[in-house]
Amino acid sequence: MNLTKELRLKQLANNVRIGIIEGVYNAACGHPGGSLSMADIMTYLYFEELNVKPDEPGWSDRDRFVLSKGHTAPVLYATLAERGFFDKEELKTLRKTASRLQGHPDMKCVPGVDMSTGSLGLGFSAACGMALAAKVDGKSYRTYAVLGDGESEEGQVWEAAMFAAHYKLDNLVAILDLNGLQIDGAITEVMNPTPHDDKFRAFGWHVITIDAHDFSEIESAFSEAREVKGKPTVIIAKSIKGKGVSYMENACEWHGQAPKEDLYKVAIADLMRIAEELK
Amino acid sequence: MAEKKATRESYGMALADLGEKYDFLVFDADLAAATKTNMFKKKFPDRFFDCGIAEGNMMCVAAGVASTGKPVFASSFAMFASGRAYEQVRNCIGYPHLNVKIGATHAGITVGEDGATHQCIEDMALMRAIPGMTVICPADATESYQAVEAALNVNGPVYMRFGRYAVPNITPELIPDYKFELGKAVKYFDGKDVTIFATGYMVHLALEAREILKAEGIDAAVINIHTVKPIDEAAITEAARATGAIVTAEEHTVIGGLGSAVAEVVLRTCPVPMLRVGVEDKFGRSGQVPELLEIYGLTAENIAKRAREAVALKKS
Repeated sequence: MNLTKELRLKQLANNVRIGIIEGVYNAACGHPGGSLSMADIMTYLYFEELNVKPDEPGWSDRDRFVLSKGHTAPVLYATLAERGFFDKEELKTLRKTASRLQGHPDMKCVPGVDMSTGSLGLGFSAACGMALAAKVDGKSYRTYAVLGDGESEEGQVWEAAMFAAHYKLDNLVAILDLNGLQIDGAITEVMNPTPHDDKFRAFGWHVITIDAHDFSEIESAFSEAREVKGKPTVIIAKSIKGKGVSYMENACEWHGQAPKEDLYKVAIADLMRIAEELK
Repeated sequence: MAEKKATRESYGMALADLGEKYDFLVFDADLAAATKTNMFKKKFPDRFFDCGIAEGNMMCVAAGVASTGKPVFASSFAMFASGRAYEQVRNCIGYPHLNVKIGATHAGITVGEDGATHQCIEDMALMRAIPGMTVICPADATESYQAVEAALNVNGPVYMRFGRYAVPNITPELIPDYKFELGKAVKYFDGKDVTIFATGYMVHLALEAREILKAEGIDAAVINIHTVKPIDEAAITEAARATGAIVTAEEHTVIGGLGSAVAEVVLRTCPVPMLRVGVEDKFGRSGQVPELLEIYGLTAENIAKRAREAVALKKS
């Protein structure tokens, strides 16, 4: 990846992270940790990988995206806003009664949201349905789904994994956010779902493991996925939960709570410092 | 006596016929031979997908397909379609109001020998509680066949309830030019003393109950509520006013199904004495269907008994 492109993506991802913090802070609740961990990949998806039209979100040939770990809606909303699907100011309405930015994504009212998600495991199956529909209709659009590592404890994730391999959905890419933490602690201590690579391979998937915060690795993973035929691809993205905000990094307690004013200021200062470095 | 046929047969036939006219997919969860979706599978193999024994995944995959604009019929036994996959139906199909038509067969205790684990008596209660879900429970083969196309023409999710056991095909004799209208109750007979509202398997028994009552000088109206949601409030209110007493009959728990739905209407529009026939807060059990119907009180005699009691309540 050339440096100009990488720098631009890093700047955009940092904007997305600021959007996440703004949303969660204004809502006074929500899920920052697992949103921040996916900011780089979400940025890459919406600015490089997905064939979408922000001014025509319902375009029938668009690539589909499903945030199966729907509780990290802040990263989806912040990315969509950064990409121009709606105004960034709206991020501050997150989780408020008059807002269309529900706590978990609602496809009926948010431009760019392709599936309502929130209950873990369900979105991944829905993504399989979108990929299957493309196959049936002979369409070339691709479908992408982001899953949580904690989410992979849901049995339905493996039902979907079986389905996608059985029907050779090579137009489907799953991204597993391997940040290692869930609400009650480390995933390996709560209910160990690892090793994900061997499991997905055994289910008939093509497996790529990357650093979730390295845009070169992200780019090559998505390029590789496009070349895989006859089977779906999973990108196991080793990430840092809370990435970018000093006190949230690898800290379990920031899975599902918002910073109060003092820590909000620290978070914004952290991200502004990164923004300065990227200038 | 009307010819007997299971409503699941009509479901399969309707899918196979409608496949020629409409663009949709059919999913099953390893039960195509039993749910009769195999009729569609045989005719349109490229539009049929077996999802294996994973009903939760099937419902969400169906939602994903429907989100692209293509309706899906997702089929399984009522127990697994509404029970195992309840949360998937609620969150992935109901909440986004997607065009998934759930074809649930083997509903109620007329499953017979398989017993309680397979006799779903709660499905209408569960599905009715989901906002925006249409719930259809047809009475016989003719009505079931037509209901499938009506469901396809609904813009949103529909739950269709079919049975395993053969039921008399009463419609052709009673209403030769029958046309299924979603949400519209079917009144077979007027009456002046009591109204029997029935759905699904119980409809033909309600007609038998009417004959029993007639011999005793009780004039019972019989109304088929094939669409349990949205329910025909006008027809229910009118009948309650005209007869002053109600009995409901369903092959389902008395909690949350037709009886509850009718009560919810009349308590608001025209409260009258009302009794319910259905499974009385019990699980099913193994046995031959006629024996089970006796054990659980799902009989014409029991409907007639409740009707007498409802009429008596009117006078008290």
